[in-house]
Amino acid sequence: MSEPVRITYREAVRQAIREALQADSRVFLMGEDVGKYGGCFAVSKGLLDEFGEERIRDTPLSESAFVGAGIGAALGGMQPIVEIMTVNFSMLALDQIVNTAATLCHMSGGQFPVPVVIRMATGAGRQLAAQHSHSLEAWYAHVPGLRVVEPATIDDARGMLRAALACPDPVIVFEPISLYNMQGELTAAASVVRLDGARVRRVGNDVTLVTYGASLWRCLAAAEALAGEGIDAEIVDLRSLRPLDDATILASVRKTRRAVIVDEGWRTGSLAAEVGMRIVEQAFYDLDAPIGRVCTEEVPIPYPKHLEDAALPGPERIVAAVRRLFAHDQ
Amino acid sequence: MTSEFRLPALGADMDEGTLLEWHATPGTRVKRGDVVAVVETDKGAIDVEIFMDGVLREIVVQPGTKVPVGTVLALLDVEGNTPAPSPSAAGAAEGAGRAKISPAARRRARELDVDVASLEGTGPEGAITVEDVERMMSSPRTSSPSPHPAPAKSEEGAGEGQRMREAIAAAMSRSKREIPHYYLSHTIDVTAATDWLAAHNAAAPVAQRLLFAALLIKAIAGACRELKGFSGHCRDGRYEEAPAVHVGVAVALRGGGLVAPAIMDTADKSLVALMDDFRALVTRARAGRLRASELAAPTIILTSLGEDSVDAVFPIIQPPQVAIVGAGSVADRPWVSEGAIVPRKVLTLSLGADHRVTDGRLGAQFLARIAEKLVQPGSL
Repeated sequence: MSEPVRITYREAVRQAIREALQADSRVFLMGEDVGKYGGCFAVSKGLLDEFGEERIRDTPLSESAFVGAGIGAALGGMQPIVEIMTVNFSMLALDQIVNTAATLCHMSGGQFPVPVVIRMATGAGRQLAAQHSHSLEAWYAHVPGLRVVEPATIDDARGMLRAALACPDPVIVFEPISLYNMQGELTAAASVVRLDGARVRRVGNDVTLVTYGASLWRCLAAAEALAGEGIDAEIVDLRSLRPLDDATILASVRKTRRAVIVDEGWRTGSLAAEVGMRIVEQAFYDLDAPIGRVCTEEVPIPYPKHLEDAALPGPERIVAAVRRLFAHDQ
Repeated sequence: MTSEFRLPALGADMDEGTLLEWHATPGTRVKRGDVVAVVETDKGAIDVEIFMDGVLREIVVQPGTKVPVGTVLALLDVEGNTPAPSPSAAGAAEGAGRAKISPAARRRARELDVDVASLEGTGPEGAITVEDVERMMSSPRTSSPSPHPAPAKSEEGAGEGQRMREAIAAAMSRSKREIPHYYLSHTIDVTAATDWLAAHNAAAPVAQRLLFAALLIKAIAGACRELKGFSGHCRDGRYEEAPAVHVGVAVALRGGGLVAPAIMDTADKSLVALMDDFRALVTRARAGRLRASELAAPTIILTSLGEDSVDAVFPIIQPPQVAIVGAGSVADRPWVSEGAIVPRKVLTLSLGADHRVTDGRLGAQFLARIAEKLVQPGSL
């Protein structure tokens, strides 16, 4: 076992792609600017030199075309990793993803699985404004036939790609833009992470914060503040947005009897709504307070820093939502 | 059709009671077993259950009124030809709508048999939470905010203590006046039972640990099933064996006096379940939260003065029951076993029984049966 090393989230993703390319000649990476430019977020920097143009492929600016090509390659026996610059741009490929990738295995009676992995950046926090900053994970999590994951930690960023490539279904991997520069410890556990299943990232007794992606770190900050007020929060990181791990969510809520769901998506029709409803369906009699939600304000993400911050589910808003579950005079 | 709900006798010697509060309002649908009112008796405030299904039509006796047993307290429309009340009838009568209570708190209250109407919530929007329910269990009733003054001061106040004393005096005087007691005692080696208990408790999680009293209660219940004449009631000179054994346990109250609520269907319960009930009963007895049915239900009583106490107790039967079992302390005593004097754990059991119903010979068999069960605790 080697010593844990400190790397960035970006480096963890790069190592994962590199390892996949080395391990299996069927694996290749394609997307806008992934080659010469090194990736819009510099994730694939250096890979073109190492693996060549056959395996690190720059594509035209046509999400529908290159995602469709990736699906075709997967059907033909390859293991493509397709990068879409941000989830906003993935709307152009939605037809390929929802109508083709998600359906073919079903429509062929299991004869044609589509083992494509589609990576895309998601979320706000970098002042990239309304056309590059949205969190539309819930739309993909709605669709049967897809697997949707969002690594929030260095280990998951490093380990989930391998599990995604091993999965016969199309897997959408969301990478939060605001986490690429985050540094953290890479542990040996990264080599064995699973694609599905939620994880308890902080153990507590008084309230469960259910979250995913960049909001995990907002929740951890909020939990520290709450600890100072004597409120001991447990944090569940969903990791897999489809399928959802009901068992882990419910076990935590049954223990704490209170839940706040923190979601960078907009509130209406959100993953937070889905998680909340599952809790009500399955753990109603364990609840000691109404379920709370902290989501992004229902506006296109603003460009100015102070407005962008105000729109996001920051630690202060999480702390306030938790307090409301405890005090009756607020 | 209309039915009358009358003040029941909440103990052998109760002849009147003061209605403290109603838990139902006109329009409330009630079913058999619901606690509909709280009545102050000599033994403290008792939750009174209704014994029929129906819809409360009219309250006849208002809170604060002292009335004799048998007085009509309320009128009921009984099931069958009753217009269905609107679901909001009960809430509407309270004025401010339904009290808010979390789903988890409602379930916990049911488990602990806590009446949520008397609780004040501390949760969001004043909702009652699990903590509020559990706080109620751990403190005497008098500490809970209640619109009615002094519902149960059984643990404080000279007047209350005095009334409790008078109630005990009345019941015990009647017993000694009417019941020709005979007494037997039997000293037994219970080392096997205490060893078994120590081993069980060492292996069991805290919640499943047992007290010696649990073994005693279970042994008594088993003996009652095997021999008739000890678990039942004698009324107007006629004895009737009770169909189910409910062993009452004498619980001393901190402020003086005692009550003897029943562990229902004692013989059918596992030791762990019985222990759970026993613990809950003691807690509620000391909090003044007993139900009328629990006080009226015992078919036989165990009185045990606890550890490091006296060797034996010769108890007085509580009418209309016909037997009471006493247990002294389990103590280290010299014991002759296989010709040698050895130190053993020894217990003296006693029986006070009603000579109108049984004779000493049967009583001796009864005590022997209890003893047999105690020396084989694994089979309890």
